[in-house]
Amino acid sequence: MLSRAADNIFWLSRNIERADALARILDATHRLTALPQASAGTTNEWQSAVATAGCVTAFQAAYDEANERTVTEFLAFSPANPASIRNCLETARSNARAVRTALTGEMWDVINGAWHRLKNFDGRNMTREEFARFLAFVKEASLAFDGSAFRTMLRNDAYWFSRLGFLIERADATARILDVKYHVLLPAKERVGGPLDYFQWTSILRSVSARTSYHWVYRESVKPWLVADLLILNRQMPRSLASCYENMSRYLDDLAQFYGRQGNSQRLARAMLTRLDNSTMEEIFQSGLHEFIGSFIAENNRIGGAIAEQYLV
Amino acid sequence: MRIRVAHETVYRYELPAKSAIQLLRLTPRNHDGQYVVRWRIEVSEDCRLDPFEDAFGNLTHSFTVDGPVSELRIGVDGEVETQDTHGVVRGSLERFPPSLYLRGTELTRADAAIAAFAEETAKGAEDALGRMHALQTRIYETLTFDPDPTHAATTAAEAFALRRGVCQDYAQIFVASARHLGVPARYVSGYFLRADGKVAQEAGHAWAEAHLSDLGWVAFDPANGICATEAHVRVAVGLDSLGAAPVRGARFGGGGERLAVTVHVDQAGRQSQN
Amino acid sequence: MTSKLEPVAFDEMHAPDGSVRSAYVALANWLDQVPKDVLDYRRREAEYIFRRIGITFAVHGQAEAQERLIPFDIIPRILAAKEWSRLARGLEQRVKALNAYICDIYGKRDSLRAAVVPEELVYRNPVFRPEMNGHKVPHDVYVHIAGIDVVRIDSGDFYVLEDNTRTPSGVSYMLENREIMLRLFPELFSNHRVAPVESYTDELLATMKSVAPATAPGDPTVVILTPGIYNSAYYEHSFLADKLGVELVEGRDLFVKGNVVYMRTTEGPKRVDVIYRRIDDDFLDPLVFRPDSLLGVPGLMSAYQAGQVTLANAVGTGVADDKAVYSYMPQIVKFFLGEEPILKNVRTWRCREPEHLKYVLEHLAELVVKEVHGSGGYGMLIGPKADAKTLELFREKLKQDPANFIAQPTLALSTCPSMVEEGIAPRHVDLRPFVLMGSDRVCIVPGGLSRVALTKGSLVVNSSQGGGIKDTWVLDR
Repeated sequence: MLSRAADNIFWLSRNIERADALARILDATHRLTALPQASAGTTNEWQSAVATAGCVTAFQAAYDEANERTVTEFLAFSPANPASIRNCLETARSNARAVRTALTGEMWDVINGAWHRLKNFDGRNMTREEFARFLAFVKEASLAFDGSAFRTMLRNDAYWFSRLGFLIERADATARILDVKYHVLLPAKERVGGPLDYFQWTSILRSVSARTSYHWVYRESVKPWLVADLLILNRQMPRSLASCYENMSRYLDDLAQFYGRQGNSQRLARAMLTRLDNSTMEEIFQSGLHEFIGSFIAENNRIGGAIAEQYLV
Repeated sequence: MRIRVAHETVYRYELPAKSAIQLLRLTPRNHDGQYVVRWRIEVSEDCRLDPFEDAFGNLTHSFTVDGPVSELRIGVDGEVETQDTHGVVRGSLERFPPSLYLRGTELTRADAAIAAFAEETAKGAEDALGRMHALQTRIYETLTFDPDPTHAATTAAEAFALRRGVCQDYAQIFVASARHLGVPARYVSGYFLRADGKVAQEAGHAWAEAHLSDLGWVAFDPANGICATEAHVRVAVGLDSLGAAPVRGARFGGGGERLAVTVHVDQAGRQSQN
Repeated sequence: MTSKLEPVAFDEMHAPDGSVRSAYVALANWLDQVPKDVLDYRRREAEYIFRRIGITFAVHGQAEAQERLIPFDIIPRILAAKEWSRLARGLEQRVKALNAYICDIYGKRDSLRAAVVPEELVYRNPVFRPEMNGHKVPHDVYVHIAGIDVVRIDSGDFYVLEDNTRTPSGVSYMLENREIMLRLFPELFSNHRVAPVESYTDELLATMKSVAPATAPGDPTVVILTPGIYNSAYYEHSFLADKLGVELVEGRDLFVKGNVVYMRTTEGPKRVDVIYRRIDDDFLDPLVFRPDSLLGVPGLMSAYQAGQVTLANAVGTGVADDKAVYSYMPQIVKFFLGEEPILKNVRTWRCREPEHLKYVLEHLAELVVKEVHGSGGYGMLIGPKADAKTLELFREKLKQDPANFIAQPTLALSTCPSMVEEGIAPRHVDLRPFVLMGSDRVCIVPGGLSRVALTKGSLVVNSSQGGGIKDTWVLDR
């Protein structure tokens, strides 16, 4: 297929996944800040949300203070933020339009429909309830998109590129949540887990929609190191770094087989999967959770670059 | 007179280009006033030069190079034997009837100012030849040679408004004016052996040709205020500077492009002055 | 006062005595029976389908309406088999003559020597491409795809209003209109024998493959070249690519190496043999045409001239379809084919000729004045509908630059029943059939795009001016 088409499919999925991740971050932050304890906390949760979204510089250029109004506006609607939810959905539709013929009708319907519905939310003077409806709409759209892709796409290169975009973005989103919140997960906090910490931990789970999964997997009360384990190494958890790389390796192998040729992106992804496979949470905590996450984010970006270099330009 | 030309075009890219493609109108043809003794084009990268003839009969080459390329040199080296024909161009290859050269282009459109200038200049001249001579002289006198304010994409109208420019601008103003007066005219790119002995030049030369019913094509060099002589080496013709451009290229990828051109025009066999 | 200037239009459904013409009998009966709310409902459904599949077009200079829906009229236009076969013969003749003319202009120039067309009209035409001079295209086919706009006037005679030999659009509407009609009104198709149009895309692909360069492999690679998603006809480009099963490429997807065109794919470079290009000549190759074009492919013209790739339509075909050349079409048909034209030409005054200009200035209020190179209904004067100020404005324009204009009588375009606010009423229509020309044959699918002026009394059918579209049925007996 055309490199540009593959590139658009890759970014279409990335943009949809990104919109979904932002919606979850905003949702979790809204809940966390609605608690009375939050005001006694030492961190500004709105600041954290901006950091998790990875757009601190752009935010500071546009606003003086991080609060509910400014962060919600910036992450969800702002035209000044190229990676706002609205812009992600707009860009996703442009990506889709550019490769209409590589998508199934069902996928187009979802994206085009979401784009039309997006016009109903102008972002101004929204009540919390209205905003919650907006977030629900975004999450529904990404679910419907994934569902339509899963159910209708041929299992060929187009499908694999769409999965790769989705997985790279998803791994990045999970890693960023960990990057911003790693301190509340450190073992030192173990004994002093007050209610505030508890809310922080559950908030992390909520931001990856894993509250229920956690209990199914561990059958335990919420413990910070288990939260870290769930998000990093647990392959049952579809948002974990290990699960993302298990699937990325698979789809990259599918591509290599399909084209009869493999390259840098296959090698790098396999190396990352091996590294995750051979890690334990003890080792990760010992050598530094923060450093581990930082190097993961950098390597994940590099693999995205390798995929682009190999197939998309 | 035997003239030796060495012309080098160098592209440098800060960020190496992934590939580059170039179209060259750098090869002169013979006509009654000039004979090409030897001529060679050399490209710094491995590539194949595909020759073809463009719409106006110019010898053209295209080539593509695979990157990464951080420097691309296109060198021309050759000798041409020339004769003074008082500007009359005979025996040139013609692919179109002269009337085609009444066709306007964006770069050679006569705006109101050029139209008025052309009409004013034409007054008093007895015939078309006289009008063309008058045009040549008046453009030479009216404009100031100045390489700063104009560039490759400057139109005749823009340059005329400034009353400044380089040989390209002089030639395009001539072409625009001549066409406005109903005389077919075209743009010529080539080389010029300077009378002052200065061998190293910053660029090639450009002038114009006008078609007169009794003489055929006659070459006018408004930047020097004279008809073409044996000091002129004629390389390519076109409707405007773009159509006769010595080099047109594009690259894929890369960035920070810088272009350097050196031209040496000397009498063959003479020691270079600088 | 203007009413006496308006000639009576040919009614495609009713004969002058009020009876229904035979091709329309079944439709008329059906329209009599079907309740209005059912029609309303189906019309809304059609609109919904159009919106959902995203068939939109862009309007020049209207940023806020970047994607607008074209109004679809659910009442089909019907042509009897006999009417169509005469029209089809006329179209084939017309396109053969256009192609022969272009071939001659860039080749032997017989028609210029014989003064069939004035040299000036060719050489000073901005869309004449000197670069094509002497360039031989495969099988001498220049106009692979033509859209010929025809109207019916007087007693239903077909007249050509405009030839489109560059990149005519609208064929996706022809196909989608039929698709939607089949979905919404299956019962109507069961009592009409409508000739199918669906084979168009197969015919188009076969046409493209038939003109591949001699250097192409046995199964040539065809692509469609689009300016991109912001082009007004982008939907059509992607629609056709999908139906043909070929790649829809943008300029940046292609590159030229050693005079061969390649596309960048996930598996590396792949050779391209035939490009159905939907971008204008000016933008094709920045090394030859506009240097600032980002839509084209540097080096494409070199590859084309080296015979390594076919462009459809050929470069420079616009020299045959401006409105000044149009006026010479009857002579062009006779000169190249030695035949009388089957389709009529609308009487045209060429303002570049002083006698014609004089007539036009004297009768401005009765005439339609068009720019020689205009299209889409822009820059047009409809004399009888214009106010004094507009007339004066055009009078000045005509005097300033007469060669830029032609004038024609105000035509009473034929009318068809159409569904409008107040119910079913006659509205003026035109028709654009699509003609394909390959290495060895001409193919015209029975039908075309009928455009309808939905505003009462309006004669402008262009979608950019509020016109709508309707399905066109050719009955196969």
